Parts: sequence; C-alpha cells; structure tokens
Amino acid sequence: MLVGVIPFGMIYGALALSQGLNPAAALAMSTILFAGSAQFLFCQLFGVGAPGLVIVAEVGLLNLRHALYSAALAPQIVHLPWRWKLALAYLLTDEAYATIARREASGAVSSLHWRWFYLGAGLGLWGSWQLSTAVGVLLGARLPADWPLDFALPLTFIAIVVPLIRNRTLLAVAAVSGCVALLLAGLPFKLGLLVAALAGMTIGWRLAGSLR
Amino acid sequence: MSVWLLIVLCGVVTFAIRLSFIAAEGTFTFPPGFRRLLTFVPVATLTALVIPDLLMPQGTLWLAWDNARLTAGLAAIAIAAITRSVLWTLVGGFVVLWIGS
Repeated sequence: MLVGVIPFGMIYGALALSQGLNPAAALAMSTILFAGSAQFLFCQLFGVGAPGLVIVAEVGLLNLRHALYSAALAPQIVHLPWRWKLALAYLLTDEAYATIARREASGAVSSLHWRWFYLGAGLGLWGSWQLSTAVGVLLGARLPADWPLDFALPLTFIAIVVPLIRNRTLLAVAAVSGCVALLLAGLPFKLGLLVAALAGMTIGWRLAGSLR
Repeated sequence: MSVWLLIVLCGVVTFAIRLSFIAAEGTFTFPPGFRRLLTFVPVATLTALVIPDLLMPQGTLWLAWDNARLTAGLAAIAIAAITRSVLWTLVGGFVVLWIGS
C-alpha cells in the first residue's frame, strides 16, 4: 500500500514544479488537499492557466468519489466523538478506503480497535505522502524536462478503474464517458471532463434503474 | 485568483465531500437516487480523464501501435486487471512507454 504511494508522491512533487507551482505551494497542497490525483489535475490545469473556478469545479468532481467512501465509513464511526469523525474524514483517500475495505473483508479487526487501525493506516499514508512529495520537490528541478511524468496520472487511474468495472452497467458508464470525453477533447481546460463524467453517470443511473 | 486561495478552496471542497456522509449519518438521509448516482462517479470521472490521454496524446485521434501512450495504456489495463496493484501498473505502464518512444 505505502509502496505505491511513494513513487506517486515523488512524481507529483516534480510535476508541480514543472507546471509553475512554487515549492511551498506544492508542499502545502499535499497537506491541505491530501488527494494525489486531484493534486495532479490541479497542477496540469494551473500549468495551462485555467480559470480558478474551473480548477475548483474539476477538482471537486474528481473528488466526488470520496463521498462514496464517506458513505461506506459513516455507519461504523457514527458513535465516535466529533474529533474522530473530522480526523478520519480528513484522512479518507482511495488508499485508506482500500485498506479498510480489504481488512474488513478478512474480518481481522475487532470493532474496539478498528478506529485505531484506521487512524494508523491513514497517518501512515499521510506521512508517506508528505515525505515523498518533499523528495519530489527537491529532486524535481534536477529531472530532465522531457521525462513524461504526467503519464503517472492516467496509469494510476487505470489501476483504480479497471478493478471497479465488474458488470455491464459499469462497462457502459466507462464507454459513454470515454467516448464523450474524446468528442469534447477540443474544449479548453479539460472542460469536456465535466460533460463526459455527467453523461457516464446518467447512463449508469438510467441502466441501473431500468434493471431494478 | 492566487494559487494559495485556490489550494484552500479545493481543500475545503474536498474535505466537505469526505465529511458529507460521515457528518450526516444518523441525522440526515441523502435521497437513495443520489447514492445510486454516486456508485458510478469513480468509473465515469476517471475514465473521462484517461481515454483522451491515451487516444489523443497530441490533441488529435491517434489510433496506431506507434502511439506509445496507447500501447502503454493497454498494457497498464491488462496489468491492472491481473495484479490489481497501483505500483505494478505504474511500473509496467512506464516500461512500455519507455520501450515504445
């Protein structure tokens, strides 16, 4: 788990500098946003001079999937004090969610220790992300400019999406959003992403509704 | 907009999304249709970002084996399906991209 985060964090740090972010902002983003793929998208949009509202809207859309993780986690921590809820929400990432989901499936954690297990996993990921980002920022200036670091983003998304496509409805969602994204790829600042994702979600919603 | 304000805004939006269901549990119920819509969010958003990167690396459709990003992406899809590992998908994808370009 941690092993996958470290190269990604280093690539992010280097990419952020190459897209014109200053080192302090690149590091602060890892703390404030703490969402690897959204940080990549932020840098790419910032690098091409996208308007601020477009950046916030696209980062929000990309992170909307975390609401799904929030919904999965909510019933288990409903009885915890607010300071726990706020901390665990802040630490909620793709990787943290994958860790809990896997551990839960194996039934290895008692409910008493569960929160500590989750906090430990979350803080481990958090620390690795901050450190690897810092290493990337330090090394970034020395990397050759023609290294295709930006390709880490599609590769990471492929690694997340492929295992998720478990049925024909989800395959249709992927096909529709992929095709619409291609058709609208000419729009500036990746704005086609907003339309394509909404089209895919609508198709999924309609297909799932008609099946039930 | 300054880069700092942008980072804070993105951070607030992201934190609000992560807190949404955790904060609402027990007091407020989201409509069931919203939950159903959410299940499609990861596949819809991530695929919409990936496909143009692979098929249009230079802005126009490039459907050929010498499109190194396309071949690397196809290899990554196969690796992700088999290993389900982010690390191996990254390593394999970059190796194929490096060989192809």
